[in-house]
Amino acid sequence: MLAEGAVSKPLHREVIRGLQNILGASMVLYRPEDLLLYEYDGSVEKGRPGAVVFPTTTEDVSRVVRLAAQHDIPIIGRGAGTGLSGGALARTGGIMIVFARMNRILELDLENQRAVVQPGVVNYELTRAVEHAGLYFAPDPSSWKSCTIGGNVSENAGGPHTLAYGVTSNHVTALELVLPDGEICRVGSRHGDSPGYDLAGLFVGSEGTLALVTEITVKLSRKPESVKTLLAIFDRVDDASETVAEITARAITPAACEMLDGWTLRAVEDFIHAGFPLDSAAVLLIELEGLAEVVGAQVAAVEEVCREHYAREVRVARDEQERELLWKGRKNAFGALGRIAPSNYVLDGVIPRSKIPQALRHIQEIGERYNFKIGNIFHAGDGNLHPIVLFDPRDAGQYQRAIEASAEIIRYCVEIGGALTGEHGVGMEKSELMPLLFSDDDFNLMRRIHDAFNPRSALNPGKIFPLNKGCGEITPRAQAAVRAAQL
Amino acid sequence: MSTAATNVAARLETVIGADRVSGGSDSCAKFAVDGVAPSVVARPASSAEVVEIVRFAKSEKLALIPCGNCTKLAVGMPPTRYDIALDMTGLNQIAYYDPGDLTLSVDAGINLTQLAHVLGEQQQFIPLAVPFFEECTVGGTIASNIGSSLRPGYGSARDFLLGAEFVNGAGTFTKSGGRVVKNVTGYDLHKLLIGSLGTLGAITSLNFRTFPLPHGYGHLVSTFSSVDSVVRFQAMVAKSPLTPSSFEILGPEAAQRVAGFKDHRDSALPSWFTHGAWHVCVGFEGVEAILRRYSSELARYAQECGASNYHLLEKSDEKPLRGGLRELLKLLSRSTPPATIFRITTVPGFSADVVNLRGLAQRFSIPCCIFANSSGPLHFALLPDDLDDKTIGSLAQISSSVFEYAATHNGSASILFCPTLLKRVVNVWGPTRNDVALLRRVKIAFDPLNIFAPGRFVTAV
Repeated sequence: MLAEGAVSKPLHREVIRGLQNILGASMVLYRPEDLLLYEYDGSVEKGRPGAVVFPTTTEDVSRVVRLAAQHDIPIIGRGAGTGLSGGALARTGGIMIVFARMNRILELDLENQRAVVQPGVVNYELTRAVEHAGLYFAPDPSSWKSCTIGGNVSENAGGPHTLAYGVTSNHVTALELVLPDGEICRVGSRHGDSPGYDLAGLFVGSEGTLALVTEITVKLSRKPESVKTLLAIFDRVDDASETVAEITARAITPAACEMLDGWTLRAVEDFIHAGFPLDSAAVLLIELEGLAEVVGAQVAAVEEVCREHYAREVRVARDEQERELLWKGRKNAFGALGRIAPSNYVLDGVIPRSKIPQALRHIQEIGERYNFKIGNIFHAGDGNLHPIVLFDPRDAGQYQRAIEASAEIIRYCVEIGGALTGEHGVGMEKSELMPLLFSDDDFNLMRRIHDAFNPRSALNPGKIFPLNKGCGEITPRAQAAVRAAQL
Repeated sequence: MSTAATNVAARLETVIGADRVSGGSDSCAKFAVDGVAPSVVARPASSAEVVEIVRFAKSEKLALIPCGNCTKLAVGMPPTRYDIALDMTGLNQIAYYDPGDLTLSVDAGINLTQLAHVLGEQQQFIPLAVPFFEECTVGGTIASNIGSSLRPGYGSARDFLLGAEFVNGAGTFTKSGGRVVKNVTGYDLHKLLIGSLGTLGAITSLNFRTFPLPHGYGHLVSTFSSVDSVVRFQAMVAKSPLTPSSFEILGPEAAQRVAGFKDHRDSALPSWFTHGAWHVCVGFEGVEAILRRYSSELARYAQECGASNYHLLEKSDEKPLRGGLRELLKLLSRSTPPATIFRITTVPGFSADVVNLRGLAQRFSIPCCIFANSSGPLHFALLPDDLDDKTIGSLAQISSSVFEYAATHNGSASILFCPTLLKRVVNVWGPTRNDVALLRRVKIAFDPLNIFAPGRFVTAV
């Protein structure tokens, strides 16, 4: 069985009529069979909304929010539903606002490297729209060809190249917001550095719990002159992880540094045919970008570190086609794993880079103890682990053990100086683990900030904050996770 | 010391001990803000003591201002209340440093030069090339958020601050973020502390990403006779593959100030300086081959854009130039008592319209300086000789025009430094902003009783 989603009450007919009056009948879904798709995102969680609506303007969003406020109905924002933490699920029912039809690029200011977009613009589409000018949008989650920039903003999404260029918040300068009472307001500035508290910095990554984002001003980055992609092949996982730690320690600064363990890359290779060696224990996919002189020197330095750590082979992608294939293998890896096990649980813990070797050994040990195969495909360069626990959700015992093993891994990440999530967000998946990192005093301040903007928890209720911290009953699944983490 | 002040000091002594509290006008003078001095100075030695002091202030309804080495207390409006100066310089340890992970956690009261020395031993640094570098603390640097000249290459503090610990107005010790380079666990409250001027709480420690020290530095200074040429040069570099670490545009008067920076080898002005010209100083970093590439391409761009001259600096001239650029704000703020310096953030940050700002100053016969960083902001300094009513009136009129200039250029302006007299007639934060109600919500959440630096910030009523 999968996680139990909230059983939401159907919305009153008057509310549905109100939504149809605002948006038109075709923009409102409310029949159970139409809502099924929206019970899911990319996580193992579930939660069914009472209605799904598709506004096309900020004013529409505001009207829907006002209507919801009148009837005391929760609102959940959603982009493409690719999130991995249950952030875009209706945990307690309510009206889900899907931004798929607010997908216009409103302005491209190429001269000043800024774009203004609606939240439903797909990440990759923005890059496509500006690449003729030698520009691109830097955050590149694996789901970049389907995820929306609004979703990226809500979760403060990352991606392989955030190692060099930062996560979404580093690229957002201003936002238009709709508050839970329907008020439309703007924070930040086109420049991104106006006097006052950094509200744009606060709202990015707030997982839709403070406001709905209806317009985003982003920075555009200039494409580098030279890009080299290396594939370093190792016979021992330890050698690969120690290579990553050494690359960091020697202050070599790749644009991306990804690791796939042997077991995972074989699953990927079978599906994608990216050219990963089937008999290796681990590979590193390392990308170096910048001026040709810089890249040339860094390729040599990386090759030296790899060989010092017993890399069997270091291949440099010969052309763009080979480079794209290697990245296709990396970015579609999670999908490839779906062919092996009925379900998988992708973790997102982040640790100091100097502790990657010991962390991978510990994760292996946890997998053996719980009798799970745990694969590893992750952003090694910034210490963002993605252990993948493969399990059969039809077996209740397996599901429970998968949750417990996952919680133990996260607890270990925190113990060695890390955090719960590097880029997927807390959502409803990790909310009960938050006390591992934050004290009651920390929660109190976060709660005061939450209440300052969303006092009645009308927006995305049941996310980020543990349910046992004063807002409802903790679920049995969540209780199990917390117990496991506190062992 | 007044009776009331004596009483506050005595009660505070019972909380943190007599050796941590001082009163009297001599002790308090250093911590005065726009002529408003505190009653007492509290010198905590730990975050636990900061909690005790803030709880004391909260229970007694006293206002406090966290201070580092007091180099930027002139920024902001005068406090409406000020009882306790919270001297944070006693919290000055490096709590955690993992050079292998390029991460660091430091107490807020540590001096920037002291920190740079420790990091330098590991061939690392934090790209905070800010004015008052030799005096200021890391906490004050973050709380004031005065720009770093390395912003074009390394971004601003929000790009490399990983987390923070602080004591908020409810008197509780709280944290945000962490020590890892990528982290989306919980709200990014530490970002709110950047530039908050002590109005949200007392920062006790800060976590940073560190960076490898470059193998070498280079600087090309080009001189231009017209602003249009400068704008063309800036655009050409922006569209090139080059990513300079710094890019400073100096008006003729600003260039003269930098050229006169005391660290220069001798009293003669350096060879790169040309009277009456606009100067563009582009800094770059790397190994020899990269420095050569930058030098040749920048020189070519400068020539194509009509530069009257360009100089590739020798090592002996390069370091003083970096120092001069970094300290220019400090030099100007201390050059004359009525010095009034605007910080203007617009898109684009520097355009040919800056001549309008010079025109404004000329209309009132006030000497001025303009300098800008390619990543923003633009600084506009008015340097009148006298501090009299007529001057204050002129500065007030110019302020209105500058705020209007920023608004019409898709941005905003504030006054970083100015005489206290001007603050009586001009709000240094500019006209009331549309988002002020949202900013106040944040302030109330952090500091419900308004005990931290009341009246100093944008959010003041």
